[in-house]
Amino acid sequence: MTTSDKKKYKVIGTTPIRHDGADKVTGRAVYGIDFHTTGMLWGKILRSPHAHAKIKSIDATKALALPGVHAVVTGKDMAVARDIEVEAGETSLNYMHLSDNVMARDKALYKGHAVAAVAADTQHIAEEALGLIEVDYEVLTPVLNGREGMKSDAPLIHPDQTTKIMAFRFDPGTDSGEKSNIAGKSQLKLGDIDAGFKEADFIVEREYTTSWVHQGYIEAQNATAHWNNDDNITVWNSSQGTFNQRQLMAEILKHPVSQIKMVPMEIGGGFGGKIPVYLEIPAAMLSKKTGHPVKMTMTRTEVFEGTGPASAAQMKAKVGATKDGRITAAYAELVFEAGAFPGSAVGAGAQGMFTTYNIENVLIDGYDVVVNKPKSAAYRSPGTPQACFPAEAVIDELAELVGMDPLDFRMKNAAKEGDRRADGVQHPEMGNLECMEALKASDHYKSDLGGPNRGRGVASGYWGNAGMPASCSIAINADGTVSLAEGSPDIGGSRTSIAMMCAEAFGIAAEDVHPSIKDTDSIGYQGLTAGSSTTLRNGWAVFEVTNQAIELIKARAARLWETEPENVDFADGVFFSKAEKELKLTFKEMTGKLMETGGPISVAASVAPRGAGPSFTTHMVDVEVDPETGKVEILRYTAAQDVGTMIHPDYVEGQVQGGAVQGIGWALNEEYFFSDKGAMLNASYLDYRVPTMLDLPMIDTILVEHANPDHPFGVRGVAEISVVPPLGALANAIYAAVGVRMRDLPMAPHKIVKALQEKNGKTK
Amino acid sequence: MASEKTHVRTTLNGEATEYLCETNQSLLEVLRDVLLLTGTKEGCNDGNCGACTVNMDGRIVDSCLVLGVEAEGAEILTIEGVATPEGLHPIQQAFLENAALQCGICTPGFIIASKALLEKEPNPSEARIRHWLAGNLCRCTGYDKIVKAVVAAANTIGGKK
Ligand code: FES
Ligand code: FES
Repeated sequence: MTTSDKKKYKVIGTTPIRHDGADKVTGRAVYGIDFHTTGMLWGKILRSPHAHAKIKSIDATKALALPGVHAVVTGKDMAVARDIEVEAGETSLNYMHLSDNVMARDKALYKGHAVAAVAADTQHIAEEALGLIEVDYEVLTPVLNGREGMKSDAPLIHPDQTTKIMAFRFDPGTDSGEKSNIAGKSQLKLGDIDAGFKEADFIVEREYTTSWVHQGYIEAQNATAHWNNDDNITVWNSSQGTFNQRQLMAEILKHPVSQIKMVPMEIGGGFGGKIPVYLEIPAAMLSKKTGHPVKMTMTRTEVFEGTGPASAAQMKAKVGATKDGRITAAYAELVFEAGAFPGSAVGAGAQGMFTTYNIENVLIDGYDVVVNKPKSAAYRSPGTPQACFPAEAVIDELAELVGMDPLDFRMKNAAKEGDRRADGVQHPEMGNLECMEALKASDHYKSDLGGPNRGRGVASGYWGNAGMPASCSIAINADGTVSLAEGSPDIGGSRTSIAMMCAEAFGIAAEDVHPSIKDTDSIGYQGLTAGSSTTLRNGWAVFEVTNQAIELIKARAARLWETEPENVDFADGVFFSKAEKELKLTFKEMTGKLMETGGPISVAASVAPRGAGPSFTTHMVDVEVDPETGKVEILRYTAAQDVGTMIHPDYVEGQVQGGAVQGIGWALNEEYFFSDKGAMLNASYLDYRVPTMLDLPMIDTILVEHANPDHPFGVRGVAEISVVPPLGALANAIYAAVGVRMRDLPMAPHKIVKALQEKNGKTK
Repeated sequence: MASEKTHVRTTLNGEATEYLCETNQSLLEVLRDVLLLTGTKEGCNDGNCGACTVNMDGRIVDSCLVLGVEAEGAEILTIEGVATPEGLHPIQQAFLENAALQCGICTPGFIIASKALLEKEPNPSEARIRHWLAGNLCRCTGYDKIVKAVVAAANTIGGKK
């Protein structure tokens, strides 16, 4: 379902077949894992079996003696990278930490941490060689929980690490001077929290935990690198940002950016997980040593153990409201396990927490704590699913205490334009309340649950979205078509959305624009395919190049009509003379006259847009809980989201549905099981178990098109936020169904059974 | 270490195909790394994602769980053999028209599996489709549009469009 006030576009808002469609349904599209080149060797990574251990020595003699093995590299072969932090889209990265994460130097900091890499003729030989590399470890006590790690007597993972105290997100901060596993402490503060709680008639305070979860993209990490004899490095991989990775490669390898070319292959999912570099570095080092291109891919187990999942969190939330249902104060403490290196998404989580509500007094303390687990990475609205879970669960309890319908309670407190977020920033124009109202007016809301042990839950969510730079170039063809080059890896249809915006601007069909995604040597700088920013920023880039092209073509028309360019205008795909009405030529007709009026036209531009419209959403879910087994069946699901102006509504809806299902997995069954030594015990799809088709109903959507006033086509980021509400919505629905408040994710059947037993025991 | 290679004869996408493979190579590896038919995708290499689904003698199998040598004498259909010079198969067309792919890495597996279903059962219910395709993971779409695409394809094939 779509709500839309105006339809002023011809191409935008339609649903053409994607430009890369035929390649992707016939198997011809070449993904990173599919790349192949002549003379290619295969690389494999040796990983630490211990969660925390000193690496005393590595002996690769036997591995190197194995026929078919070409080279081995270790952390000792790498220079120490600069210890500086850089903003990378929605999280930040530190070059030194990233380098140490790519390959351990002195200490292995989690089970699965890379310690050596080998290149061989085949994958099987490379695997065999791994078993012949001898590593002498001194096993250390691991730190496996955020709150434990915060204690002053906890073993220090990075012995020199002190705590950075930050007043806001991305604040350079001040140094506490005290050695600690707490890498960062941040605080968001608005109003007077004590005064706010004094005003409240009801206060609910609870504790919550979430587990480590993985993005679960189906295509594993991969990279093929060739270090040429002229010291130019080429990497073919699937990443969420070629330019960002080029910079990371340059820093870690200490190699000039100009001598690194990143070639974006098709990418099989990322969700934030394919922002950092992993295999790119050892593949390049092995290529340098061997003179061959080296291809590396991860196994699924390596993906789980050796890449960046989303942090587990231990959280407290306390919210107060008056008798008439006004929220007066909200407090939270968020402890995020960063993994082996600092940099969890706790700051982003704090920024998203309580943000759908207008609350005058807010205090959120965030802790970024290192533990001996994989280094966390971005995962769709990083940090926010975790933080919004306690917020939405506590608010649900408050609504019950106040005696209000949970949706009415949210609507009464909904943040509107001009209200302040906890970090003091005022909300721009957006559709928060519209989503809630649309849900209230839906058939779903009006429907009967129709049976025992069934319940309905709602939850809201916020995500700020990002801007980031973009570049685009177009060449106008004589037949009225346009070749469009851009540089954002297309993770879910973005080349079609940019082509559609281009077509809209010129008044031609989407099919007449031919988009392609270029390597870092062939197009201007491009931000990450992350932060829900791709279509937003590409829209700005294409707006720029099409405007410039239109001006150039106007001048050609003026030449034809023997007048001045300012006497020519362009509207609805037609160039016309302002003075003489009969002088007009369509875009297509004009393109056929470019050669005779001065030659071909192409335009390139780079932009750095701000004004990413924030996302707001509310989800509603009906469940049935089997009291015997604790199994939760999802009966009906509706996601209402402010999506701005939709370029391609089907792909917008797909983002909403896909994120909701990832959130459902996070809520109900996904988790890393760790042994008491820090080993992940379920590092396969079978045991980790992402939702299958059988676990789900259709995901209904209500797409509220509240155009972003700060964008030429009204675009707002749409891709991430839908993962946020399912955690709270499902917890609230389970309570409504069987009367137990589940505060520890995932809400697996055995936990629900236990909670029911406790509840029944108590009431007996 | 490189072992003795075995000579295997199969029918692949309707054409007689021969290859040499090592005994420890899976059919998936043979398709992708020996024959360079990379349309069949790898997502887990342990039988749990369905990205590598191919049709072998009329049954859908995870090709990562089949050895290359086991394909001797078999008839194999991969995604590369689904479209014809005349055009896309109705299932491929339906996936495009229903936006049933985002990143598309799962798509070849889903198309091969769906094709086998519709050849057996031309009018499957939503529940049946969800059951049949439960072995194919998609992390992008939430499956909604994939189910709709399979229904749409069934309607097209059955002439009910
Ligand atoms: S690769 Fe064969 S099932 Fe996943
Ligand atoms: S479309 Fe990406 S996994 Fe299915």
